[in-house]
Amino acid sequence: MSENVLHIEHLTMRFGGVVAVNNLSMDINRGEIVALIGPNGAGKTTAFNMVTGVYTPTEGKIVLAGQDITGHRPDEITKLGIARTFQNIRLFGSMTVFDNVLTARHLRRTSNFLTATFRLNAAEERKMRQETEALLKEVGLSEFRDEMATSLPYGKQRLLEIARALSTQPKVLLLDEPAAGMNPQETEELGAFIKQIKDKFDLTVFLIEHHMNLVMGISDRIYVIDFGKQIAQGTPAEVQNNPAVIAAYLGVDEDEGVQ
Amino acid sequence: MWNTVFPYLLSGISVGGQYALIAIGYTMVYGILRLINFAHGDVFMVAGIIMVYMAASGVPLWLCIPLVLVLTALIGFVIERVAYKPLRSAPRMSAMISAIGVSYTLQNLVLYVTGGLNQIYPTIPWISDSVTIFGATTKMVTVITPFLTLILVVALVQLINHTKIGMAMRAVSRDFETSQLMGIKINQVISTTFVIGTFLAGVASILYFTNYTTVIQTSGAMPGLKAFVAAVFGGIGSIPGAVVGAFIIGIAENIIKGLDIILFKAGVISGPMGLATFSDAFTFALLIIILAVKPTGLFGEKITDKV
Amino acid sequence: MNKKKIDSATIISAVIVLALFVAVFIAEQIIPATSMLFTVIKKGATYALVAVSMNLLNGFTGIFSLGQAGFMLIGAYVYGIFTIPVAARADVYQYYNGGLVQFTMPVFLAMLCAGLAAAFLAFLIGLPVLRLKSDYLAIATLGFAEIIRALFQWDKLGPVTNGSNMLRLFPNFNDFNIKNADGTVAVYFSTLVPLLIAGVCIGVIIMLINSTYGRALMAMRDDEIAAEAMGIRLASHKRLAFCISSFFAGVGGAMLAMYQTTVQAKSFTTAMTYEILLIVVIGGIGSVTGSCLSSFLFVACSEWWLRFLDQKQMIGNFEVPLLRNGFRLVVFSIIIMIVVLFFRQGIMGNKELPDLIRQLQGKNKGGADK
Repeated sequence: MSENVLHIEHLTMRFGGVVAVNNLSMDINRGEIVALIGPNGAGKTTAFNMVTGVYTPTEGKIVLAGQDITGHRPDEITKLGIARTFQNIRLFGSMTVFDNVLTARHLRRTSNFLTATFRLNAAEERKMRQETEALLKEVGLSEFRDEMATSLPYGKQRLLEIARALSTQPKVLLLDEPAAGMNPQETEELGAFIKQIKDKFDLTVFLIEHHMNLVMGISDRIYVIDFGKQIAQGTPAEVQNNPAVIAAYLGVDEDEGVQ
Repeated sequence: MWNTVFPYLLSGISVGGQYALIAIGYTMVYGILRLINFAHGDVFMVAGIIMVYMAASGVPLWLCIPLVLVLTALIGFVIERVAYKPLRSAPRMSAMISAIGVSYTLQNLVLYVTGGLNQIYPTIPWISDSVTIFGATTKMVTVITPFLTLILVVALVQLINHTKIGMAMRAVSRDFETSQLMGIKINQVISTTFVIGTFLAGVASILYFTNYTTVIQTSGAMPGLKAFVAAVFGGIGSIPGAVVGAFIIGIAENIIKGLDIILFKAGVISGPMGLATFSDAFTFALLIIILAVKPTGLFGEKITDKV
Repeated sequence: MNKKKIDSATIISAVIVLALFVAVFIAEQIIPATSMLFTVIKKGATYALVAVSMNLLNGFTGIFSLGQAGFMLIGAYVYGIFTIPVAARADVYQYYNGGLVQFTMPVFLAMLCAGLAAAFLAFLIGLPVLRLKSDYLAIATLGFAEIIRALFQWDKLGPVTNGSNMLRLFPNFNDFNIKNADGTVAVYFSTLVPLLIAGVCIGVIIMLINSTYGRALMAMRDDEIAAEAMGIRLASHKRLAFCISSFFAGVGGAMLAMYQTTVQAKSFTTAMTYEILLIVVIGGIGSVTGSCLSSFLFVACSEWWLRFLDQKQMIGNFEVPLLRNGFRLVVFSIIIMIVVLFFRQGIMGNKELPDLIRQLQGKNKGGADK
């Protein structure tokens, strides 16, 4: 077996009387692409928010590469190597594309505010900028580097979200519906892109997605949840033929049903 | 001991009632618009100035009082329409800045009109008369304020709970957007809120300035801030909360004013400590404590943020 | 290609600022010291520093604080307390037996202490206050400023603060002038030095804003949740911004003390904070250049250009109506409300001087050196 990177154990999240996520357990190994799917409102984003520290789980445990990160602050978790994108794009609106990505490198600084203000960290700053430049080139956003982030076309904004997450130098990349709002061709390109950056940056990818073509095309394994509970898991082929999954999807939304 | 404390307690209850009437305006506006109406205290002051000028120009007092209340409510209405309505979809900070701008404007206008001099508030018969209760001599206004406050609050609560506009107000304060979709006339509700709030501030100004006898452009700033603190203390958005908070603050502030004497007579201290300096500051200390301990205030509802 | 090389627009901006300093120095030597120009520059420099420090917080970090007057008060008092000459203390602290502090610090050291004291207090206050959200934070900081104001007037602290009496006789801007043996002024520095102090402090703030920390602060302002997800620790960065802003507000307070030549706690009111906030808004929330321009404009208008509005004016035999004491402030208020309601970007929006120059360079291509 390959090494375990993200281990989720009996994760439960209650909001008052509502159980958004119920006893979810997952294991993600290094270098895998794992998808979490389920109908709208199944608790996928809530699960993401627990892994990234936005919510503290009511019960359960999250372990990143052997370290228990349950209830850690979001910034701590990012520093330990989990980066994310947002379903409803959350770029830094007043900044350029370049500065968006550069800002995400802040957490790897060794300077303090005094050395940074008085430019005693010039070497580090230069390195940050070079790396950002290289990263933008890698994801194909170099030509937009001086544009305002929010003026980019929608697809490019999604790409920028991924680039910004990569800039934090993560071990695990969490993508929250990265293909939302993309056309089929863009979606296909995105799939190839995710695989490419996974190899290039030695990542483990954990994604939520509704586009089944994308999920089935790139995932090594898939977890399916409905009403907060896991109803199936396995390879894309296994999940596609699972009666519980078909029932859950057909009962909710035929368009997104599994072909 | 009682004889020492009682006069301070009495004026505390009285001032508390006046703060309560101002605080309701803050808490209602905040409940609906999520806006700290920094100009509210200044509207209260302007109500005082209007009274001064109206009485000086020969309008009989019995007519002055209703006119002041109507004019004050009108000012509240106009301020909302001119300074807050255009910013309703802007970031919250913009509306708050606009409120500060209005406060600045009102103060400067009054400074211009009055020349920056203390204006003597007209003496209103009966409520300005001296009375002696339980051995403490005070003005009638001190005695009637708490009762009048309670009557107005009860009337207001009835209005909010049992009339159509009151129901609309509750709906809007719960969910602005949905209420709008449900066909509630938002502008009408907001205007009504401002009118009620400033009307009560007008009542408060009559009571307050009858007691303090002079008005100047900065007269509204401190009572305004304190009333706001009272609203936060009680749980912003909650009318009973604002009233309770206001009484607590009014009493505490007045007790502190007399604390040197009270403690001296109780034998705790042997000389003046100058503690009266902190009568204003205490209000803010209370604010910070409540915000640190229970940010939603005594009676506030917990509002969870959507991520 | 590493585009963060210092470009021509930045250089031009620096040259403009430098030229202003030189111009002020020359003007100071040839124009009589009583000219309103110098009053405006001195007070304008003070306000510019305070406004920029407030903008760092309200504009760049997105923390809506209304405690500026409190931190200025600390700065003003620390400066005053530490710089009153020992010989003058018996006179100043006449009700407190000459006071407790019986030493005097050099002016610049005292200014540094003024800033540090304000920053330290911000550090303490920051713990409870910075957890609060927008308007609650505003009202809590405002409350702290009021508490500080009361504390400094407390009779029991009189041996240090002089109670509710004013501090005076400490060195002021005029003491920067170099004097001849006979007491006449040889070289005037009383305007240049405050401008330089403010300039250096604002320069430091600009450098902070353009550093990796500045980007982190702006990221928090744009989207707290995203910033946190990118590994920016909100609490510590907010506190950092709060302390730095307060540090410079403290230095600004010291400058205000020097400008006024006296200090009294009761004058550091909420109204003062409002005034500075409105200056920031007029200049443009998120623009250092805007805050500076707006400060000088505000001071120039209120002390000089709009003074005529406060006096009776005759055009021929016609007396202009409305003009009398206080009218200037009414006009002011109206201008402010117009900006707040209709020109929410203020003078500069979030643009800086180099951005303007770049725009100009872009417009007349070939005209600029690129």
